[in-house]
Amino acid sequence: MIIFKLLFSSASTATHMTIDWIHLTPYSALAGGVLIGLAAAIFVLLNGRIAGISGIIGGLLRPKQGDLAWRSAFLIGLLAAPWLYQTVAPLPEIRIDTGSGMLVIAGLLVGIGTRYGSGCTSGHGVCGISRLSPRSLVATAAFMLTGFVTVFIVRHLLA
Amino acid sequence: MTNFFALLSGLTFGLGLIVSGMTNPAKVLGFLDIAGEWDPSLILVMGGAIVIGLIAFALAKKRGSSFLGLPMQLPTARQLDRRLILGSLTFGVGWGLAGICPGPALVLLGEGVQQGALFVGAMLAGMGIFEWLERRKA
Repeated sequence: MIIFKLLFSSASTATHMTIDWIHLTPYSALAGGVLIGLAAAIFVLLNGRIAGISGIIGGLLRPKQGDLAWRSAFLIGLLAAPWLYQTVAPLPEIRIDTGSGMLVIAGLLVGIGTRYGSGCTSGHGVCGISRLSPRSLVATAAFMLTGFVTVFIVRHLLA
Repeated sequence: MTNFFALLSGLTFGLGLIVSGMTNPAKVLGFLDIAGEWDPSLILVMGGAIVIGLIAFALAKKRGSSFLGLPMQLPTARQLDRRLILGSLTFGVGWGLAGICPGPALVLLGEGVQQGALFVGAMLAGMGIFEWLERRKA
C-alpha cells in the first residue's frame, strides 16, 4: 500500500488519476504473480518449453506426434487448480457483468488474436518479457494498449 | 516425467491466477480502466511473475537442454511483423471487452462458471478459424 501511495501520489496530482484504494490487493497480486513465475520456471527449466496458454491450447488444434500428452497435462492442471484451491480455502468471489453476446465476441477475438499474435498474457506478457524478447515487448504493449482503449470506450464513451 | 511436470506447472499457474485476482473479470476490467477508479494491483502480478521469470529464463538461455535432458525450445522468431502486432491488438480488444484472457478462461471453466465455458467455447472457435484460414492459405 505504502509503495503504491509513493508511486502514484505524484502521478495522481498531475493527471487527475484516481486510484481505487478500497479494492487494492497488492500482496495477493504479488503472491499470485510469484506462483505464475514459478510455474513458468518449472516448465522451461524441466520441460524446456514456454508456458504460453494460448499456444498450448492452439497446438492441440494442430496436433504433432508426442504433443498431445504434455499439452493435455498442462491444461488439466489449469482446469484442476480451483479444485485444489478450494480444499484449502473458499474460492475468491468472481464477478462477470459482460452479457453472453459480448462474451462470445470477446472470446472469438481473444482466440483469433492470440493465435495470429503468437501469444497472450502468459506467453508474451510473462515468459516473453522475462526472456527480454523484443517481439513480446511489442506484443504486450499492443494488447495492453487496446485493452485500455476498449475499456475506455465501453465505460466512458458508450456508457 | 514430462507430463507430470506439465501438470504441476499447469496447477501452479492456475493457483497463481486464482490467488492473484486474475480470474475475476471485474478486477481485470478495473485494472484496464485507467480513466475510472483505477485498481493497479494487477501490475504486481506481472511484476512478481517477471522477477522469477527473469532468473529462470536467464538460466534456461545458458543451457542447451532442460534439467530433464529435453531440448530447450525457446522461440527463435525475431521480426516485428504485421501478424504479431495486428494479432496482439485484436487480442487486447477481446480482453478489454470481457476482462478474460486464455489462462483465467480455463480456470473459470474449471470452476464450473457458465460464462467461462461460453468464453472458452468462443475462444476455441476463434482459434479454429485461425487454423482454417492458415490451412486454406497453404
